[in-house]
Amino acid sequence: MDNTRRKFLKLAGLTAAAGVGATVIGSKAMASGAPAHGAPAGHGAPAAAHGGGHGDVATGVRQAIVIDTGKFNDNPGLAEKCQQACHSYHNVPDFGNPKDEIKWIWTDKFANVFPEHSHYKKDDRISSMDIIAMCNHCENPPCVRACPTQATFKNADGAVMMDFHRCIGCRFCMAACPYGARSFNWRSPRGVDKEGHPFIEKMNPKFPSRMRGVVEKCSLCSWRTKKGLDPLCVEEANKTAADAMIFGDLNDKDSKVAKLLRSKFTIQRKPALGTKPSIFYII
Amino acid sequence: MVNKVLKGNGLYWGWLSLLLMIMGAGAVSYLVQFNYGLGATGMSRDVTWGIYISQFTFLVGVAAGGLMLVLPYYLHDYKAFGRITILGEFMAIAAIVMCLMFIIADLGQPMRATNVILHPSPNSMLFYDMIVLNGYLFLNVLCGTVVLHSEYKGIKYPRWIKPFIYLSIPWAISIHTVTAFLYAGLPGRHFWLTAVLAPRFLASAFAAGPALLLIIALIMQRTAGFNVGRIAKDKLVTIIGYAAIINFFLVGCELFTAYYSNMPGHMHTLDYLFFGLVDHSTGIMHNNLVPFMRAFVVMGVVGIGLLFAARRAKSDAMLATACVLIFVSFWIDKGLGLVLGGFVPSPMEHVTEYVPTVVEIGVAVGIWATGFFVLTLLYKMVVAVKRRSEDLLEIE
Amino acid sequence: MYDKVKVFIGLAIFVVAALSIVGYNMSVGDKDGFRTDGKPGPEKPAGHEKCVKETAYMQTSHMVLLNKWRDEVIREGKRELVETVGGEMVEKSLQNGCLSCHVSKIKFCDRCHEYANVKPYCWDCHLAPVETPASKEAH
Ligand code: SF4
Ligand code: SF4
Ligand code: SF4
Repeated sequence: MDNTRRKFLKLAGLTAAAGVGATVIGSKAMASGAPAHGAPAGHGAPAAAHGGGHGDVATGVRQAIVIDTGKFNDNPGLAEKCQQACHSYHNVPDFGNPKDEIKWIWTDKFANVFPEHSHYKKDDRISSMDIIAMCNHCENPPCVRACPTQATFKNADGAVMMDFHRCIGCRFCMAACPYGARSFNWRSPRGVDKEGHPFIEKMNPKFPSRMRGVVEKCSLCSWRTKKGLDPLCVEEANKTAADAMIFGDLNDKDSKVAKLLRSKFTIQRKPALGTKPSIFYII
Repeated sequence: MVNKVLKGNGLYWGWLSLLLMIMGAGAVSYLVQFNYGLGATGMSRDVTWGIYISQFTFLVGVAAGGLMLVLPYYLHDYKAFGRITILGEFMAIAAIVMCLMFIIADLGQPMRATNVILHPSPNSMLFYDMIVLNGYLFLNVLCGTVVLHSEYKGIKYPRWIKPFIYLSIPWAISIHTVTAFLYAGLPGRHFWLTAVLAPRFLASAFAAGPALLLIIALIMQRTAGFNVGRIAKDKLVTIIGYAAIINFFLVGCELFTAYYSNMPGHMHTLDYLFFGLVDHSTGIMHNNLVPFMRAFVVMGVVGIGLLFAARRAKSDAMLATACVLIFVSFWIDKGLGLVLGGFVPSPMEHVTEYVPTVVEIGVAVGIWATGFFVLTLLYKMVVAVKRRSEDLLEIE
Repeated sequence: MYDKVKVFIGLAIFVVAALSIVGYNMSVGDKDGFRTDGKPGPEKPAGHEKCVKETAYMQTSHMVLLNKWRDEVIREGKRELVETVGGEMVEKSLQNGCLSCHVSKIKFCDRCHEYANVKPYCWDCHLAPVETPASKEAH
């Protein structure tokens, strides 16, 4: 590890904390806080140490998903199937109320998923369409920048991950995420409702649940993609409609996603924020 | 010196027992929350921070507000603040104690709080907040006690403490700046994403902090015969008044930028706070903060007017009223509207309103009571020492 | 709840307890999950000879290994299988690795943890295998 740089950044950070004068150095260090792709966020190492100087150069793997919204529009109920596949495997609880709600993947209207594209006088099809929303696995993730414990971090594949063991539940990441992709366990997900109905209907013994007091979100199925499998939602979508969702490495010129992005017009959620989402939509 | 807190009249003990009772209720509320999870509060997936973090934000301001006394006294040798500077330092201690308690109360996994130190993350503003808040607590405990102890002994404070006092001045600015940066650096939260957030925080802090101090000083004048002096009061009026005016000026700047530019993202939260906002997917109007925010404006403006009038009329009653108005007004602004408003609308442009639960209010009031408990003990000490040293002066 | 201090005190007690077991023949377990000398006797899985590390290491330091695995798997993406001392391949996972051999938490994990009075918070999230009636009876 690059020890001197790490030390410098720590020092710069401390100086910034002590006085207003050094704020500039501090904010520079922080802006590069999101670990660049290709470098694993090592255990206990400040994420900022990986940051500097990578800029826009495409290095390493950057996993991405292209969602063909038209195929979901043509197949009503498909998005729900994807959600079901994700939530049931990952033991995502259903509390039955919006206040406690936890969701990794869900749908909303075009105007809500794309408020910045929500132009005047849209066509009827778009106005009525339900669009899939999930974590964007941003290239410059504000949630990672905000997290004070590196419980949220970016892995070597470009997926933004959670370490539930480390999360202190400060919910700074939830304030930081501009996409509403994160959920908090306001109460124990292992509990039961008033009628004795468990919040996790059927526990999947292959995957852990979470405990109350931690944040969770889509993990881009890193446990599957490492084995060369598509994420669950992608697999489920493609069972019904081929290529409704396409998963791959954005930085690999020959991957299906990279080719598709070169040949089709796609949009991203809130591109003006500079987060560079890895989820693309064909409208 | 410390033993002074054990001597007091019935009023003193009655006040302390009242605070202890409220603290007990707060502790019970916290236990409820601890056992159930943060779902015992009114916070939700869309409004993820509630009154805990907003009280925290406001109280960082109160702590930083002590600077307005420390700076003239130590840096400009402004003698009239001789009696109250120490009050400012001790108020900062109580405020930071409350801040730290509010942070802990807000954590989903408080047992893991040390992870912030075990896995330091210099990219996170919370990491810096932890450093500056604890540092400021340390500085004020150190400076406050050393200075007071010297006075108790009847000597001038030792020279080695001076650098720490000077350090505490920029440090006070830093605590509120970093706290503003928690918010101002988040993309996609238009209401917070503004460069004037930190200046605005400081302006409101420099009004609210001294206002609270002046209220307490006026109470102590009645109950403990502790007179801060007319000159100091008049000077504080200037400080509070101008800081409050600057805060309103900055609020005005925000309103101008949003409404003149006519950009929806910038107008939404202000709409919600001052007029109410309609959730377009449901058609429902949400406006539960509107009366508060309007009260903030009215109370603030009336408070500022009354403040200067009170100085002219040399009326302590008017002065106290003005300070209460300004303090409450700015508490609404920063301790309610700023944090809660930032979550409306949600990133998916839905409107979810937040109403704190009884448990949550219990915890919050309990923490405030703890703060006042600490403050009372500290001020008790101050009054005793000041009396003694002035007696000494008279004997000489 | 799992107060950090308590966990560490608990762990220390456990280490001492576990160390004192070393050298004894672990296969002696009576029907209550305790050996004849009163020490806990976790039941070893049938059909698997060796764990991923030597028994002595696992007795004292399995939690260290689990934390290391966690960081490797989640943070570094090192999800490759690990080889047991006996040459079997297992997944680097508590739930899908360890517990695939140690099929009863009650007969394995709990015996020592209860004896040493430690309450590791693993089980707040990780699921133990469904216990068969037989394994519950033996508890
Ligand atoms: S969508 Fe939100 S949670 Fe996901 S990486 Fe981006 S900022 Fe983080
Ligand atoms: S809630 Fe957890 S993941 Fe989110 S910022 Fe806090 S510690 Fe990090
Ligand atoms: S990528 Fe995996 S975790 Fe994310 S939404 Fe799809 S199925 Fe769920």
